[in-house]
Amino acid sequence: MSATTISAAPSRTAKPKLHLLIIWAALLTAPAWMGYIGGYDALASRILVFGLAAMGLNLLLGFTGVMSFGHAAYFGLGAYGAGFVLRYWVHSTPLAILCGILLGTVAGVVFGALMMRRTGMYFAMLTIAFGQICYYVAYSWNSVTGGYDGLRGFQRAPLDLGFTVLNIRDNGVLFYYFVLAIFAVCTALMGLLLRSPLGRTMIAIRENPRRARFLGINVERHILISFAISTFFTSVAGALYALLNNFADPTSLYYVISGNIVIMAVMGGMLNFWGPLLGAAIFVTLQDYISSMTVNWMSWIGIIFVAIVLFFPSGVLGFLRRRSASK
Amino acid sequence: MLTLVLFNLTNGLILGLFYVLMALGVSLILNLSNVINFAHGNFLALGGYVAYALSPYMGYWLALLVAPLVVGLVGLIVERTMIRRVYARPHVYSLLLTFGLSFILQDFCRMVWGVNGLPLSIPNVLNQPVSNTLFFLTGYRFFLVGVVVVAVAALFAFLGFTRVGTRIRAGTLDLDTVSALGINIGLLRSFNFALGIFLAALAGVLAGGQIGLNPNMGDDLVLPSFIAIIIGGAGSLVGTLVGGIVIGIASAVTAIWWSAGSEVVIYILMVVVLVLRPRGLMGEEGMMT
Repeated sequence: MSATTISAAPSRTAKPKLHLLIIWAALLTAPAWMGYIGGYDALASRILVFGLAAMGLNLLLGFTGVMSFGHAAYFGLGAYGAGFVLRYWVHSTPLAILCGILLGTVAGVVFGALMMRRTGMYFAMLTIAFGQICYYVAYSWNSVTGGYDGLRGFQRAPLDLGFTVLNIRDNGVLFYYFVLAIFAVCTALMGLLLRSPLGRTMIAIRENPRRARFLGINVERHILISFAISTFFTSVAGALYALLNNFADPTSLYYVISGNIVIMAVMGGMLNFWGPLLGAAIFVTLQDYISSMTVNWMSWIGIIFVAIVLFFPSGVLGFLRRRSASK
Repeated sequence: MLTLVLFNLTNGLILGLFYVLMALGVSLILNLSNVINFAHGNFLALGGYVAYALSPYMGYWLALLVAPLVVGLVGLIVERTMIRRVYARPHVYSLLLTFGLSFILQDFCRMVWGVNGLPLSIPNVLNQPVSNTLFFLTGYRFFLVGVVVVAVAALFAFLGFTRVGTRIRAGTLDLDTVSALGINIGLLRSFNFALGIFLAALAGVLAGGQIGLNPNMGDDLVLPSFIAIIIGGAGSLVGTLVGGIVIGIASAVTAIWWSAGSEVVIYILMVVVLVLRPRGLMGEEGMMT
């Protein structure tokens, strides 16, 4: 990545934030217009969930410049963590989310520490391998995880705010807004992170790891921190995913999901803060559409991957930016 | 009990040999091109299917050799038209590219040959049990071991004693210098990629005779072949060889007592190696990039 593409992080001195207005207006009104373009509430929620996962991954991929092809593990562990609480312990949505985050992030820290022993392609390979460990455990530990069929028989609980009860269990639109609220908090945290010295350090590592090292930055430690933070956000998304579907299955841990999350980030534009959300919106919608239209959905998804890599490597936003720059 | 242990050991050895053929190909490509080939398992399946399509016309023996060559050619075309375009880009692109290719190849096999498994018939000569007491020692298994041993020996001889082989080994260590010495590394990488695909397709033909053909027959071999490389150590083909056999046997032996653990155990082995010896069993220090 060249030095001309520095900092796509939101900065205080940026121009009027028209794009922010558009993004939030679109997200806030989504349930109202989703139906007209052939969508539905659950699709909108799914876009937000995967958007959050991809933005979480992108802290590592786009902003630290480190490749992970195993984020499905933390996504899936988030989902299972939430599922365990609802299935075996208490009927509480907030607690479910917290435990999902805990499970995913702890795994992220432990695995991350082990993976830091390798770099480059071997690191990427390790991220896949550690992801598959979680997959096989979920797959074979039948009595606890439900094995191949997944963890079923739980439902998200209505949200008790003290003065009123939000029935997010039965009301899909209300659940969408619940997901959106958590999404908003998470993106705010990510934005703050990227403006902080830690975020700047991450970007410095992406731009030139060797120079960062010469400046006295402990590169390995910062990559580990970035890895842990990104697994945190991805596991939030995973916990929400379990609540959305009311089940958690091993597929959510499979490396194919990792690939999907990565392509979302790349597709939207991984140098842009909001790129992964756009990528998630496009990919999730396409996937939904293609899988209902043809049995050869695998070819189409494959072609999307190949086309993005060969023709739009900087994603939709990167492509638009270059076009407007060349005019 | 002894029979059971022997049975599992044999299975493990066979499984390990498939891992070895796969992992050597992945490793060759990774070492020289710095690309992780997700689609390797799909080239394996393609190899089996091409042999299935060819054997009625040319017989099993010729198909065993021709099918890998045909698939190797497909690999060469894929490398020349697509893979080579991402060499200079960040890692994420080559991963996504081969990931997408694996979807396309798998769907292609499904479209052409169907979802259901197909048998790849092998000559009767190979199907005889060799021993009356140890039923699992069929001639085919001895044949399989023989072919893999010959293929691996040929590969190492090729890398060790020919000019192109030496260039591939040199390129693994320092590609820039090899290029500066006037060697066409684009061509070298293409050939090397095709060589790796050839090995995968050969494994596919052999596996087809053992377990039959289906569109995702190679999927379960891809991840273990990565583990074999990680355990064996970066940049070392001998390490990959050892790693493949070790995890094959470990997973089959574990299956004696704990059948669900046969996959988990290879990951446990990987973690143990990572903790105790981060560079892998035979990896060179500093060869981890």
